[in-house]
Formats: sequence, C-alpha cells, structure tokens
Amino acid sequence: MLDEIEDLYRRTAPAGVEATSLRYLAERAERVAVRQGVLEPVARSDDAGVMVTVLAGGGQGYAATSDLTEAGLRRAFARAKGWAEATAGRGVVDFARVPRSSARAEHESPVKTPWESLPLPAKVDLLRAACEGLAADPRIVDRWAGLVGIDTDTLLLTSDGGRVRQRRRALIPQLAATANEGAETVRRTFGGGAWGRLGGLEVLEDTGFQAAPARLAREALELLAAPDCPTGTMDLLLAPDQMILQIHESIGHPLELDRILGDERNYAGTSFVTLDMFGSYQYGSPLLDVTFDPTRAEELGSYAFDDEGTPATREYVIRGGVLLRPLGGATSQARAGVAGVANARATSWNRPPIDRMANLNLEPGDSSLAALVGRVERGVYMETNCSWSIDDSRNKFQFGCEYGRVIEGGELKGVVKKPNYRGVSATFWRNLTGVGDGSTFQVHGVPNCGKGEPNQVIRVGHATPACLFAGVEVFGGAS
Amino acid sequence: MSGLDAGVDVTGQAAAREGFEALARALDGLLEGDEVYLASFSGEDSDFVRFNRGEVRQAGAVTQRTLTLDLARGRRHASGTLTLAGDLEVDRPRLARLVRDLREALGHLPEDPYFLYATEPRSSERTDAGALPEGAAAVAAVQAAAQGRDLVGIWASGAIHAGFASSLGQRNWYSTRSFNLDWSFYHRADKAVKAGYAGFTWDEAAFRRKVDWAGEQLRAVARPARTIAPGRYRVFLAPAAVHEVVSILCWDGFGLKAHRTKQTPFLKLVEGEARLDPRVTLVEHTAGGVAPNFQEQGFLRPDAVPLLRAGGYAECLVSPRSAQEYGVATNGASAGEAPESLDLAAGDLPQAEALARLDRGIWVGNLWYLNYSDRSACRTTGMTRFATFWVEGGEVVAPLDVMRFDETVYRMLGDNLVALTAERELILDANTYGGRSTSSARLPGALVDDFTFTL
Repeated sequence: MLDEIEDLYRRTAPAGVEATSLRYLAERAERVAVRQGVLEPVARSDDAGVMVTVLAGGGQGYAATSDLTEAGLRRAFARAKGWAEATAGRGVVDFARVPRSSARAEHESPVKTPWESLPLPAKVDLLRAACEGLAADPRIVDRWAGLVGIDTDTLLLTSDGGRVRQRRRALIPQLAATANEGAETVRRTFGGGAWGRLGGLEVLEDTGFQAAPARLAREALELLAAPDCPTGTMDLLLAPDQMILQIHESIGHPLELDRILGDERNYAGTSFVTLDMFGSYQYGSPLLDVTFDPTRAEELGSYAFDDEGTPATREYVIRGGVLLRPLGGATSQARAGVAGVANARATSWNRPPIDRMANLNLEPGDSSLAALVGRVERGVYMETNCSWSIDDSRNKFQFGCEYGRVIEGGELKGVVKKPNYRGVSATFWRNLTGVGDGSTFQVHGVPNCGKGEPNQVIRVGHATPACLFAGVEVFGGAS
Repeated sequence: MSGLDAGVDVTGQAAAREGFEALARALDGLLEGDEVYLASFSGEDSDFVRFNRGEVRQAGAVTQRTLTLDLARGRRHASGTLTLAGDLEVDRPRLARLVRDLREALGHLPEDPYFLYATEPRSSERTDAGALPEGAAAVAAVQAAAQGRDLVGIWASGAIHAGFASSLGQRNWYSTRSFNLDWSFYHRADKAVKAGYAGFTWDEAAFRRKVDWAGEQLRAVARPARTIAPGRYRVFLAPAAVHEVVSILCWDGFGLKAHRTKQTPFLKLVEGEARLDPRVTLVEHTAGGVAPNFQEQGFLRPDAVPLLRAGGYAECLVSPRSAQEYGVATNGASAGEAPESLDLAAGDLPQAEALARLDRGIWVGNLWYLNYSDRSACRTTGMTRFATFWVEGGEVVAPLDVMRFDETVYRMLGDNLVALTAERELILDANTYGGRSTSSARLPGALVDDFTFTL
C-alpha cells in the first residue's frame, strides 16, 4: 500500500506551486473487554486516509480524504490548492518561511509479543480471569477489564524529497471496580486508564496487569469504609499515576508554543507562560528536571520524526527548576523565533499537525518512597487521578484522586476516600520538596489528550517518580 | 456576503445518499444463510478554517466516510469499522473482506446475552440542504468582522451524513448542511468575549448582530479587572454557563447502566436523599434538536424523554444493550447513553431583568473545564472563563479575574436557585472530535444564590 501511495503522490501532486506534502495514516485497532463476566462486543477498526498540503503564494491549504484513488487524491490536491490560494496573504505567517523536511527514514517501535500472537479466545479468557479477580464482594457492583491493541502506520512524503515511514504499536490495558453501599459509590481503576504503552502483550507483564484485580477490588472496599480525606494545608505526596496529570496539565499544556502564540485561546486556552520567560523563569524548585523525550521506546508518545518531518530528540524543557524551552514544532518556532522541540503531531489523517506533548517526563531524584514518607509530619498520600480541572491559562488547578492515605509522624496511616487538592501552577512547583528515585519511577500514558480546532484527541506519554510537595490545600468530599 | 450556495447540492448530499444505498445493496449480497447485518454509516464533507489574531492559522477540507458493520448469526455477532473511499468499486472488495473476517470471528465468539437490535424495520429520511457561504467568502466575512480586533476561533461548514441499514430492509438516512463559527474577541491575556454563530442558512444581518454584541462586551471586558476573595456570591449563569453545568451531568448522569451500577452523579437524588428545585425539568428532546433520530442498532428515538421532572429524577436513557441486561425497554439511546438534544425548561425571569435581579454579584458568561470533585454528592468544580463581570446595583462594574468554583448541583439548581430566565438560547455544539457534532442544547440562564468560589 505504501508504494501505491507514493506512486499516487508523484502522479497527483500539482505542479507550479511552492511545495506539497502527503501524510498517509493507517490504523488498525481491536478492543476486547469483559464486563460483569460477559464479553462485550469485540470492536475492530481499520482506518486509512491521507492529508495533502499545498503551499502557494505563501498560503497553505490542506485537504484530507479517505478516498485513496487517483481521482480522490487529485480532488484533494485541488481543494488544498484552492485553500492555499484563498488564504495567501491572510495567514498568521508566510508559510513559505517555515522550514520544510527532506528527511528520509524508517522507524518501528519495538514489540516483543505482538497483539496478533494471542488468539481472540485466549484474550477473552485472560480478560474473564481479570474480571473475575475484581469480584471480591457483593458490594462490587460493576467490574470491567479491557484491552485495546493499536497498530499505526504513517508515511510522510514531501516535495523536497522527504520520505519518513513509521510504525507504532500500542497496548492500552484497563481495569475498573466500582463498589457501592447506600448513597456512596467509589471506584478503583488500573492507573486511571493511564498504563498504555508502546509495545505488544509484554506490556501486561511490565505493568502488573494480571496481579492488579485483587488489589483494586480490595482497595475499592477499603474506600467504602474509609473516612473522607482531611481538610487543611499540609504536605502532599503524589504517586506516579497522579503525578502524570499534574505534569500534563500544569507543565505540559502551558509550555505548548501554539498556546503561548494564542492559537488555542478560543478552545483549550492560553498560557500563563510568556516567551520572555524562557531561559530565566524559576518554574519550580531546584529539584525539578523535566524532559521532552519522544525517544523513550516504550512510552505512548514515542516516535523518530514528528508529523512535519522534524527529527525527534530528547531535550530538557526545565532543568534545576529553570524554564528552558517551549514545546513547539517547526511552524511555531518559525512564528515565535525561538528553539523548540519536534512535537507537531496530528491525531489522524483527517486533522492537521499542532503542537503536542509527545512524552513529557519528570526525571527521577534520589529519595526512596519510604524516605519521602518519613519526611512528612502531617500530610496525605494520593494515588490515581479521577478528576482534573484547570483554568484556561493553566494556573488555578484542582485534582481529585481515587485513593488516599493519611501520613502522620513519618508513617503511612489509614485509607481516606475522595482525596482532592488545589493550587496554582506558578507557585505549586516551587514547593516541590522531594523527588522519588528510580524505584518509584513509572512509565504511563495518557490516551485522551484533547486540544485543537478542529478538535483532536491524541495519545501522550509521561514517566515520573513519586513527588512530595509542601503547603498544599487538601480536602475531601461534600459529606 | 456574496458566494452563497443556497440550495445547490455542491457537496454531494444526493451522491452520499446513493452511495449509502449502494453499500447496503452490496452488503445484502454478501450474506450467507441466516446471517443478519446492522450497518451504521457516518460521513462529512467539511471546510475548517482556524483563525488567530484575525488571520488564518490553518485552512482546509476533510472528506471522510466510515461504516461500522455488525454481522450476526443468532446471538453471536462481531463488528468492524472501516473507513470508506466512497467509491463502490474500491469499497466493495474491502466490504467483502470485512464480512469474511467477521464471519470467521463469529466462530470464536460466545453468544452475547445482551445483543438486541431492531427487528421491525422503521425507515426514515431527513435531508436539509442549507445555504452556506463558500469557503473564501466565509474567510472574508470573518476577517471583515474582526476589523482589527484580536479574533481567534474556527469556521466549520459543510455536509454531515449519517445512515443505518440492516438486512431486514430498514433504511434510515440523515444529511444536513450547516455552519458553525465559534470565536472569541480578545482584549489581553485571558480577558475575552466568547461568541458563536451557527445554523443552516447564513444570515448576514444575524451575524452582524452577534459581532456587534461581542464588540460591546469587549468594551466592558477592557475595563480594569477586579479580583475577588474566595467565598459565596450571588451569580447569574448565562445560558452558555448553564450549558457547561448540564454537560458535565451528561457524563453518567442519565444512562441506565450508570444508574443501575450506582455510578450516576444523581445517586442521592435517586435514593431520595437530595432534591433539585421543582422548576428544574430537563428533557432529551430529539424532536427539537438537530441530531439523527436513529441509533446503531436501528432503534428510533422518541421525540422526547424526560430526564429530570419538577426537580426529581424521571427516566433513564436506555441503550439496547442495557435494555437487554436490565430487562427494560430501550428508548433508542446510543451505547454511551448520553443526551444529544438537551432541553432545560424556561423559568419566569425576563432576561432583560436579569442584571437588576442579580443586583450585586457576578455575571458569569461562561464556565469551563468542569469535572466532578465528589461524584456521589453531585459536586462539581470548574472555572469562570471569558466575559465574567462584577455587578453592583444591577450594573456591570468590572471584568472579573478567573475564579474556581466547587459546588454541588443540589445547591446550584436546588436550594440556591433563585430563578431561571423566561428566554432560552439554542446552542449548537461546536465540537469536532472525530467529526462535526450534531448535539445541541436549549437552555435558560440561571440566577443562583451563595455560589461557592474556592480559588
């Protein structure tokens, strides 16, 4: 198919324009899930299409189509050219100034045990066992186990000679146990759905999927009997499966260069970060080191080239707490005149690339979990995000977690339900007082980051240790 | 505006309809023995133009066609979704391969005890041609409206298609041509006015009125801002803000599965431990919305399903799967059991008197990024956004710096509800995840006492 697409591109791209490109994406996915011991309908999808772009007179237009015939591509190029001409001289930038890719490369994410290697009945058996493992008590009123296998092929061709072909395979494992008593319901999940990684079925072993159901069911029942999280200003110890949301919402999004340039102000929002902050702004305490790293093979947002054909490299965006560079791809960099990263990504063939997070990781420190707990006189430990909300400048946030434990006198104590906390990004990270070491470090993936107009939902990766914060406003439920 | 294409089938609504029928005929010919198929079709021919600072950021077009096929033999069934070329000669062999794959999968799958589909064919058709501006004309109109102001947003327009076919002979078809301009005027930083103009027939005068209204609001937003301390305040929630509150409640609020598994945020309402104000009546009003009235197993939706009636819980949205699982009748809900055509009953407060009745407090133009902070208690958190003002003596005094709220819906639309406006606004959803939304909501504004701001 890829050869056919390449041949079609050569035959259908219009002459007499400044540049053209074609981005092909084919994604096959299968979702298998068991709920309450019953197999849900198995859902398979086979999606393929192209987005072509035309640069003419400094204007740029795109057209996306699932019609991959020669006639279909000719129509798409004609529409893209029409849009380029109609908007020439009306753009936020002279698109002729944006660097174009001539990269030629092939990249494939590593897989040890391919999704297809396990027949469907065996997958069903595996999920039945997981679902059964969640059935610890009649108070568990809903239980669910699911797997999604995704295989994505992309090909980027440019009139500058570029040809980048990439294949990424991902697995997203999910578990959920809902417990109820009277008018109180609690839920415990497998990392909030954020254990997705690139790879095959080996992800199940790497993430502890098969051992998780019994623990999740037990913890759901513990929560039913637990008191509400205490209220007050105190230390807060966050597990990696909550840290990922904290990083995502209050570091990742505010550093996206397209937000800083204003593109997202009508939808996803703006940013409290301004261009003059890079290189000097103290974003967090000196313990805060954050990298943009699409090269970490198992993370959900890994790739060798972004969707504009820029080679992906690992870069520090915050080091020693100091803000260094934004998350902006080639187009945003040309507009802003600052160095960025290779993060222009599109969710599929039918949406144009915009600035995204890929993998954004908080680098490990030197404290064990026991050492972090031992430093807390009065505080709360929180695991697994279940609620997220932040203002449109990415400053005033409030997050909720599934599971909490009180920390007193340097020791983990009883379980508490409905743990919530709120704060302000611009000051929160400066109160980072402890960073977990490699033993606390976990690799997660967020499968549903939404942004862009037209809207796009994309998969991103976050890896992080547990982290300790001082002086945080913590509270529980409404009761 | 010149360049209207009124009544002209420029994006191939008729062709899309014919293509759908041809697909169904092709599928009819692929079945063996007692096999049954259910096929859901979706497609669009859309233009998207993204603006920032009154200039074009990205402009383009998307043509997409998708078919989800559920192949059944008795209670065994398997489904697959295929992106289509829209050319039957290309798609026919791919459909044949999909049917073969699904037939092979049937041999490995157990019977599905919750499988339910429409067995009494009820065909339907709805086609609205609309009158939309051509793309270049739309760009020119938007840029002219900006008039040097900092405009950011998106123009989306074109045809949206949906269809259902089954081997039992049922055919349902939906095709509309619409536009949705969703934009903001910015003053500086996060101080801005949000506006929208959406519909099926472009009306230059209506658009000018929207632009003029946003321009007036922008002048108010440009005044020196005020910061308030956390606490409880009297607020007026404009319809767009009420929409955000009602939208978060659609997340597990009205589906039978969430109801029976105790995950509904209305658990206390259902258990009789809480009550909303008797003036709160919410309906899934398919007949008054713009979404298709059929779903993926071929069931038609009734014109209206009452969700909240006089402050109490009324009925659930019931998908065929939940109907089978819990032994009740389906009311044509999709698998997610979420409303698509919301209708919140009007109250008796004239909109023109809302500022005066607010007297001293906060006029909230929009809320944003809501989530549950205690689902069992129906407590939500979120932010103010866009044009939100401090009001004294019934007059706008200053724009407000953004504030976080954390408040239960039982207080907001219960004990502390002062009034709902007599006038309502129809909001056509501007979301475009995967494809352009056909959801809508018709809502009043709400005057609320003691609304809790926390940060």
